[in-house]
Amino acid sequence: MVAMELASTTPGAVGMTIDVQGVDHRFDLDGAPLPVLEGVDLRVEPGEMVALLGPSGCGKSTLLRLIAGLEPPSRGRILADGTPIRGPEPSRVVVFQDPTLYPWRTVRGNVALGLEAQGLLRTQGHRIDAALALVGLTGFANAYPHQLSGGMAQRAALARALVNDPRLLILDEPLGKLDSLTRLTMQSELVSLWQRAGFTGLLVTHDIEEALFMATRVIVFSPRPARVTADLPIDRPYPRHRGDPVLTELRHHILELLGLAETW
Amino acid sequence: MSVNDAAAVLPAAEGGALPPLRVWLRFTTAASLWFAAAAVTTLWPDLDDWERTGAFASLLAAVGGLLLLAVPLLALLRPGGGRPGTALDRLNDSIPWLVVLAAGLTAWQILTAKLGILPRPFFAPPQALLEVYLDDWPRLLDCLAASLGLLVSGYAIGSAIGIVTGVAIGWSRTVGYWVHPVLRLIGPLPATAWLPIAFFAFPSSWSASVFLIALAAGVPATILTWSGVASVNSAYYDIARTLGASPRFLVLKVAVPAAMPHVFVGLFMGLGSAFAVLVVAEMLGVKSGIGWYLQWAQGWAAYGNMYAALLVMALVCSGLVTLLFRVRDRLLAWQKGMLKW
Repeated sequence: MVAMELASTTPGAVGMTIDVQGVDHRFDLDGAPLPVLEGVDLRVEPGEMVALLGPSGCGKSTLLRLIAGLEPPSRGRILADGTPIRGPEPSRVVVFQDPTLYPWRTVRGNVALGLEAQGLLRTQGHRIDAALALVGLTGFANAYPHQLSGGMAQRAALARALVNDPRLLILDEPLGKLDSLTRLTMQSELVSLWQRAGFTGLLVTHDIEEALFMATRVIVFSPRPARVTADLPIDRPYPRHRGDPVLTELRHHILELLGLAETW
Repeated sequence: MSVNDAAAVLPAAEGGALPPLRVWLRFTTAASLWFAAAAVTTLWPDLDDWERTGAFASLLAAVGGLLLLAVPLLALLRPGGGRPGTALDRLNDSIPWLVVLAAGLTAWQILTAKLGILPRPFFAPPQALLEVYLDDWPRLLDCLAASLGLLVSGYAIGSAIGIVTGVAIGWSRTVGYWVHPVLRLIGPLPATAWLPIAFFAFPSSWSASVFLIALAAGVPATILTWSGVASVNSAYYDIARTLGASPRFLVLKVAVPAAMPHVFVGLFMGLGSAFAVLVVAEMLGVKSGIGWYLQWAQGWAAYGNMYAALLVMALVCSGLVTLLFRVRDRLLAWQKGMLKW
């Protein structure tokens, strides 16, 4: 498998440490500043899978964009392995809610994107097939994105991220637009990928069950501007079971934190 | 697997069958109309003596003969197996057109050469066009080559500059700041308005015409490329940036391919404008080319030559547009729901 194979070629810790220190962030909406993040402090240890939960539009995805280096924070700083993040880098790869595959490229061409951009295509081309195999798309290498189902397109997007052997995989509601059955399957697939490859995972989701099924820690955010309201370790072994009473209890607790306990 | 592949797997089931009686009947009907047209042309005496009436009648009869022979010939060429007569099917599809064409040619023949109802010499009979093709083809070919040379040079230069400018405006704020106002001022002006200046300012009428055609083709290519680059989904850039893409990569491998559907609309519009400018330039300045031939034929009241040149021009323009669409189909095979030209 590509991730493991590559892990052995890059010695040292695979997972990345992320340190978010006193980060504030504002958007400029027609001249009026809109605060989206307020005093966010967060430390993610190597190899953790941390789920960020919070009300819709609270700013979780913004935090991910800052960690990916797509935007600088208005205040505070974010460190990757102790070094401040200055911009995007292929060791920190994002999988968005929309697969956003390039429609003019085949699945193979899309997965090759990172290697091509870094000038590694000629020497590291074999990683593409390994990444496609990893997500179960071997037979679809020459298909165009419009020929893929939603689940397959998202798998291709995942392969496009994994081929770069990321040390931090940023998942921005990656399963949000899939049907519920595909979603359950892919949750298990993501967990086993993460366990085998050992990268650090950051997962934004709206689905409490998904967070509890996948993550080693769940961080709960307040409504916008987002502040951390709870940091819950999920100390359950993998593979997890959806019916686990401990997870059920945690789910109730998180609903309370989100102010939705009356729906229990 | 497509329908064609499925048919290839099952040759014995359909390929061996002879074309049904209805197909024979259709072809025979069409053939007889072409024979009738030939008969009218040759048996009914002309009002005037056109040299190629006999040749024209032979041509009509030849089409009729080919139609009559088409069914057994195509069945013989692919005996039994293979795909059951795709050529025959396609020909069968065009039978209504062939019927209308035969009727139209007969009507044209009667109204011009036989009865002279349409005023002469403005309306030439079909044999007059044939005469031009048979006797004046070297000059027509020369003119065609000159026109194509001019068109291709101007169009290629204009499109290339247009695409590069469009990408630059869409990508760089500075370039946009300086080029956008110029484009807004000059873009809507028809390229032909530059004719007097161009013929004066350029060393030859040929280079002036290349400039005008390039201008006509370049403006839509610029504007559409620009709009294509401006409307690229910003998430495409985010993805590429997190994967380590350089600005160069973002332009060449993200912005340009993403803008391609728009670019082709611009190229198509530019081709239309280029045709218009080509003809005008040839009529007014250049001493060769199809536009010049049209003008020359009209000057000599050689209306047969004019129609013949017009027909050639229609075929060439349509052919070039088809070529452009073919190129687009190849390059944009990834798009869904494309217009079939």
